[in-house]
Amino acid sequence: MTAPIATTAPPPPSTASGSLLSKLEIDVRMLGMLAALAVIWIGFDILSGGVFLTPRNLWNLSVQTASVAVMATGMVLVIVTRNIDLSVGAILGVVGMIIGVAQVQWLPAYLGLEHWLTAPLAVLIALVAGGLIGLFQGWLIAYLGIPSFIVTLGGLLVWRGAAWWVTTGQTVAPMDSRFKAFGGGVEGALGATTTWIIAAIACGLIIVGLGLTRRRRLRFGFPVRPGWADAVIAVVACGAVLATAAVFNAYPMPMGSARTWAEARGIAWPEGGLFISQGVALPVLIAVLVGLVMTFIATRRRFGRYVFAIGGNPEAAELSGINTRWTLMKVFGLMGLLCGISACISTARLNAATNAAGTLDELYVIASAVIGGTSLAGGIGTIAGAMLGALVMQSLQSGMVLLGVDTPLQNIVVGAVLVLAVWVDSLYRRRIK
Amino acid sequence: MHTNGTTPLVEMRNISIAFGGIKAVDGVSVDLRPGEVVGLLGHNGAGKSTLIKILSGAYRPDSGEIYVNGEHADIATPRDAKRYGIETIYQTLALADNIDAAGNIFLGREVLTPYGTLDDATMEAETRKVMARLNPHFRRFKEPVKALSGGQRQSVAIARAIYFNARVLIMDEPTAALGPAETQQVADLVLQLKKEGIVIFLISHDIHDVFGLADRVSVMKNGKLVGSADVQDVTQDEVLGMIILGKCPPGATPGPGAS
Repeated sequence: MTAPIATTAPPPPSTASGSLLSKLEIDVRMLGMLAALAVIWIGFDILSGGVFLTPRNLWNLSVQTASVAVMATGMVLVIVTRNIDLSVGAILGVVGMIIGVAQVQWLPAYLGLEHWLTAPLAVLIALVAGGLIGLFQGWLIAYLGIPSFIVTLGGLLVWRGAAWWVTTGQTVAPMDSRFKAFGGGVEGALGATTTWIIAAIACGLIIVGLGLTRRRRLRFGFPVRPGWADAVIAVVACGAVLATAAVFNAYPMPMGSARTWAEARGIAWPEGGLFISQGVALPVLIAVLVGLVMTFIATRRRFGRYVFAIGGNPEAAELSGINTRWTLMKVFGLMGLLCGISACISTARLNAATNAAGTLDELYVIASAVIGGTSLAGGIGTIAGAMLGALVMQSLQSGMVLLGVDTPLQNIVVGAVLVLAVWVDSLYRRRIK
Repeated sequence: MHTNGTTPLVEMRNISIAFGGIKAVDGVSVDLRPGEVVGLLGHNGAGKSTLIKILSGAYRPDSGEIYVNGEHADIATPRDAKRYGIETIYQTLALADNIDAAGNIFLGREVLTPYGTLDDATMEAETRKVMARLNPHFRRFKEPVKALSGGQRQSVAIARAIYFNARVLIMDEPTAALGPAETQQVADLVLQLKKEGIVIFLISHDIHDVFGLADRVSVMKNGKLVGSADVQDVTQDEVLGMIILGKCPPGATPGPGAS
């Protein structure tokens, strides 16, 4: 290493005395979104006479959010690179049709009906089909230089049309019973014990993660948060995880399902019925895992660093020797893969494959990412924010359904909130500059 | 021109490149010898930046060759140029504004942990070391470089170029966006780097910037080389004449662009 100017050791890390928030190093934007979500939830709870904030409604809300939340994590990376993907709903539609037909017609021809391999193979087919479609669109965008808006606008029509062609428009049902677990419902409810175990593991990971980060920074002599700040963060995060688990576990299976469940396990059915917790739903767990993996990719992997560099300054990324085209193609491939996961969730949830599945999802996915703080100018966005954005969108919608608001008015409100959210965000960004 | 007999560290021979029929660089030959600072002068649009972008791997020339240490070098991408130890500080600085200093310095050459993840702690530690030397007052390691001042951004761009053991440093208009004090800092840095044996290719349209620092100057006009000269052999007025009129004085070696 060549050092031009005489070495001076860096001065000791200054213990900056700032506000409480800066000490905790909490993203103020994210806090604002959580506050907005709290306002929406409490508002709907009051308006609906206490129906919104019940375990049952929150459980349903979590399952309804899963599909869009999964795709929103990929949309963040797409938008960060200054691109857009309008085809995600159509990809979901065509992949859903493919795996529907695979389960009902192709696979049973070789394996027989209800074979244990059917569900894993269907998921694999969904991932491969979605990933290939995404890579193909990414290739058109990155290597042929066609604007992503056009490629994916074309894709929206092409894949929606292709979804129709798979069965010439016929709905395919029912799905394999194991596959149905991906949609939540009774098959996909993981139960109280599993939910508590998952929550405990999550809390353990939070504490270990905070500790490791702290130790690493100390080893390099970097400034660290005060110990109490780390402790507060650990307590709040673990508290949120445990509270969520408690809410999911407080929602019992419907009597009929519970009875079937009990009888299948040889448990006597008592007179007053049994309280059997649903626990966290499999699609929700999948969405959370996808969020974690995508956050890891976006922040800890070289690929993620390149994605953000391309969004920040495409020319600089190119001059740094980054293979920007291949990176871009992979971003769209990843987006397609996530559409495949969402296709599994929504097909399983509906217990049917229809060529209309995922219609308008592209708009909800983009809106989630944008409400979650992803800048359409590129370079800025977080996975967690987008997933929170998806939860905000879904909360608004299911809240209005609960209140019996007509569909046209629902759309008007959601549209207005989207515009409002982006305006507030731009005000915030201008102020901190 | 090749009077002192040493093999040039870098030699660009008969480089040409055209964009849509306009010859931005037309048959230009320049060389950089060990231990020297070479100034590349010319008006805006004379083809200076295009020429150095060919050397840094951003553009591929239509014709002409590049030799490093007398051996033919195939520089097709910025990565290739860096492999030959050729680093560039671009006029635009080419920083990703949304990423912090360490992320920019190591962009494309990230340090990874044994698990294949970004080793941000090591990169930040190295960044703190290199920035302590370049800009001791630099503190904003965690902020995106968008939040930094012009001089701080410049230090980040310089740190990126010198951190990886550059042998040849191309500086494209390094002082264009800086105030007088910062300009002086860059000048000091150039002399310091020269002392350490780094060859510097200094691109500027300001003759005063170059004259105090360079051992030799090459002048371009309308994509062609007007001529090259040792700074002792020519006056500032003569070099000005080369830039403006394309007139090659007796003390300089004329190129194809001399009128």
